[in-house]
Amino acid sequence: MRWALETAAAVWLAVAATAMAMAPSGDPVRGGKLYAANCGSCHSLDANRVGPAHRGVYGRKAGTARGYAYSPAMRGARIVWNEATLDRFLQNPRAMVPGTRMGFRLTDPVRRADVIAYLRQQSR
Amino acid sequence: MIEQFSSRRGLLRATGTAALSAVAIGLLGDAPALARAAGKEPGGAANAGDIDILNVALGLEHEAIEAYQIGAESGLLQKPVLDLALLFQGQHKGHRDALAGTIGQLGGKAVQPKSRADYMTSLNIAAIKTQADILRLAQAHELGAANAYIGVMPSLGGKELAQVCAKIAADEAAHWSLLTSALGEALPKPAFMFG
Repeated sequence: MRWALETAAAVWLAVAATAMAMAPSGDPVRGGKLYAANCGSCHSLDANRVGPAHRGVYGRKAGTARGYAYSPAMRGARIVWNEATLDRFLQNPRAMVPGTRMGFRLTDPVRRADVIAYLRQQSR
Repeated sequence: MIEQFSSRRGLLRATGTAALSAVAIGLLGDAPALARAAGKEPGGAANAGDIDILNVALGLEHEAIEAYQIGAESGLLQKPVLDLALLFQGQHKGHRDALAGTIGQLGGKAVQPKSRADYMTSLNIAAIKTQADILRLAQAHELGAANAYIGVMPSLGGKELAQVCAKIAADEAAHWSLLTSALGEALPKPAFMFG
């Protein structure tokens, strides 16, 4: 039994490591331009607009940007924003957080990686 | 018919699509009475996602209307750029009215504009000193709005509402193109300028 669990864990780790290695590496410079063009109508780094301010979003618990009125779904989401969670959310926000007000999808994985790299850079 | 409505979920999906179709037609101004009736259909919760998306879009339209108003009142815009700004503002008001009407017909509550002070802060109006600054703000807003409408289309519950968003996105793209021209900037060479 222990052997089976250890094998399963090893396989899972190998799959996860492979997936991480295969994930596109984002370019924050390209991401900055993509952010302005695709996210900039609702978001900015330092002001809550239609959507919440984004500086510091990387590593932050979802639904906790100061002064922004989140949907109940996002307030109750137990998510910390990192590369994996942002990637899932930007791909299809409502599949990940049913009830979120955000319906915008960034379908291209390379573009998502670039935007996430930019958000990470701006959150340091 | 039996195959088409072989499950309760399928029936609900079909009903929802029909209701959205009617609302979308209403938004386009062809059949407002039909759209009003659709908004009163039971099961409105199924439209909550669409209402949220339309309210986000409405927030963008409120912001655009106020940005153009601030620009027009600034004294920085000269004719014919001022006329262009007011023309675009009028079209954003048309989008606002259509979106707000549809949200109401779907049983939702249309989001209200923020205060002038809020927009002054969120749009960083203090940094605007010239006509070109205003044009760049408007250009960025129109590009973002066009992309936003395109980006939400897959999340909408009905193709007809997506079509309406496409129509609004086309307006925003036209605004962006004219503002880019007014700034003397070249259009991007690659295809797929938006989305």
